[in-house]
Amino acid sequence: MLELGTFIVLSVVALVSAVFVITRRNAVHSVIWLVVTLFSVGGIFLLQHAEFLFAVQIILYVGGIMVLFLFVVMLVDIDVTLKQARFARQWQVALLTVVLLLGLLGFAMYNHGQGLNLPVRPMVSAPVQNTQEVGKVLYQNYMLPVEIASVLLLVAMVGAVIMAKRKLE
Amino acid sequence: MIPTEYYIFLGTGLFTIGVIGVLTRRNVLIILMSIELILNAVNINLVALSQYFKHVDGQVFAIFVITDAAAEAAVGLGLIIALFRNKETVNADEIDLLKW
Repeated sequence: MLELGTFIVLSVVALVSAVFVITRRNAVHSVIWLVVTLFSVGGIFLLQHAEFLFAVQIILYVGGIMVLFLFVVMLVDIDVTLKQARFARQWQVALLTVVLLLGLLGFAMYNHGQGLNLPVRPMVSAPVQNTQEVGKVLYQNYMLPVEIASVLLLVAMVGAVIMAKRKLE
Repeated sequence: MIPTEYYIFLGTGLFTIGVIGVLTRRNVLIILMSIELILNAVNINLVALSQYFKHVDGQVFAIFVITDAAAEAAVGLGLIIALFRNKETVNADEIDLLKW
């Protein structure tokens, strides 16, 4: 009961702050509401006993990516955008597309009244030490993808530096 | 024990809000933030199903998604800085250099 209550509070906070992210005029406010959304998504990870992912969410997303966003929002001038229209001209078409998408997703989940129809869950007990288990799978079964991800991060770092630097005369 | 369906409904909701943001906003920074919302919705689904099948593969994939989000944010924000330096704007509909 307490679990369900926590879930409802967290998901309502996540959805409401997500709506605020896409409707605020000032980009700084959007960043702050996005931090609220990311915190509640982190809480939902914790509710599902994914402690490692919760830590990654807080440290990497909230601590790293959002600070990066805030820096860039402060770099590009926000005074001009405050006076301009928030939404693009194609917003009616966009809303129609989203309604279609939602209908499609709802139809897929309704599935002729059968619901999601998930396969039977296996009868093994859940791993107790989440971080230990994630580390084991990450460095044994997914060793090559981890290396590829690190190369991807290196490429992204070089790309960001090259694109953000001034042109040399 | 919360039914897995609830998590998937929450993921769908966040995903939809993110898609609305990407399609309707003019500010490129907020479009990037909406992409982060979409990636978070995907992570919720991955973690919920990983918990359902009692296997941590889904959580490992969520870590890769977060890695991609970090790379995408770095490159995207670098692009925005370069764009703002050249065009003095961050509005997506004013960036039409390739439009003929």
